[in-house]
Amino acid sequence: MADESLFEFLHMEMVAYVYKHQSGDNNDQERGSALSTLEGLGFRVGQGLIERFTKDTPSFKDDLDAVKFLCKDLWINLFRKQIDNLRTNHQGTYVLQDNKFSLLSQFSNSKQYIEEAPKYLVYTCGMVRGALSNLGIDSVVTAEVSVMPACKFQVVIQRS
Amino acid sequence: MSRQIRKSGIHTIDWHLPALSSSGSAHHISTELFVLTYGALVSDLCKEYSNDEEINHRLETMGYNIGVRLIEDFLARSCVEKCQSYQETTDVIAKVAFKMYLGVTPSVTSSSPAGDEFSLLLDSNPLEDFIEELPEGHSSLLYSNLLCGILRGALQTVRLAAHVELIQNGGKGEKKTEIRLSFLGRLEENLPKSED
Repeated sequence: MADESLFEFLHMEMVAYVYKHQSGDNNDQERGSALSTLEGLGFRVGQGLIERFTKDTPSFKDDLDAVKFLCKDLWINLFRKQIDNLRTNHQGTYVLQDNKFSLLSQFSNSKQYIEEAPKYLVYTCGMVRGALSNLGIDSVVTAEVSVMPACKFQVVIQRS
Repeated sequence: MSRQIRKSGIHTIDWHLPALSSSGSAHHISTELFVLTYGALVSDLCKEYSNDEEINHRLETMGYNIGVRLIEDFLARSCVEKCQSYQETTDVIAKVAFKMYLGVTPSVTSSSPAGDEFSLLLDSNPLEDFIEELPEGHSSLLYSNLLCGILRGALQTVRLAAHVELIQNGGKGEKKTEIRLSFLGRLEENLPKSED
């Protein structure tokens, strides 16, 4: 069983690596490419994780059920805590609030370094999107942070 | 869950849940998160670079950068005594560090007569849990090279120079992951910096 800090260290290094090698000129386009690489990595991992994780559970009765599963069971197993607050407008938008997001808590407990924060959230956004995708739910997942280490993940279900 | 009266706007869902998941397999999934993330990263590198030497080097370098930080985490949490010999250092790596971070204990074998070289043999390598075989076109890939970098970076930070090499990938059949650790001597006081 791997210690969770090993993932945290790998995640940090992965972000540093992708940024170093994909945003050489530090322009917006290349930064965008780094973000989408990280999101894509997270997406694939999220798909894999949820598949292994829900092997023995019955399927979810609706989107809300699936999102709640992410907030409780998945989050506990990824980050050793649940999502602290879930809100929804019952029209396909969910806001998942984590007051002490483990991948941010290595930074400051304030507004310092806040510009850097998105880099450290995008992989997890991908994981959430990947997990939902494997449950048959298409979504767009973004994150925002105002005061570290708290952050919010916004999930918008896409209806085709 | 209590029912909320429907109003327009955002609603809060009530939680009435135990603090910890009753499934009790938090560590197991924690392994999977690390292993799957690593697998996705390696897979991405394999798509981007066809030269295995390049990929191996990048994995080692990333490991080095991790090791430089990981050692502090390790020393803070393990409370090991200062090691008096390379043998002792290797034993700590195998029995304490590997156990703590990967949940496995490699056996220490093939030590050199001078007591400065050792092999770490992993019966089961968690990193390779989901790997059937190496990606096509990458037969020289040192899949777990991240571990070598981690060891090199960690040792460097406690001022021990070492050459760490993955001799063999694990995988199907009898093959065990083998890491060769060669101590090169003590280093002068200097802080290692991140490598490119």
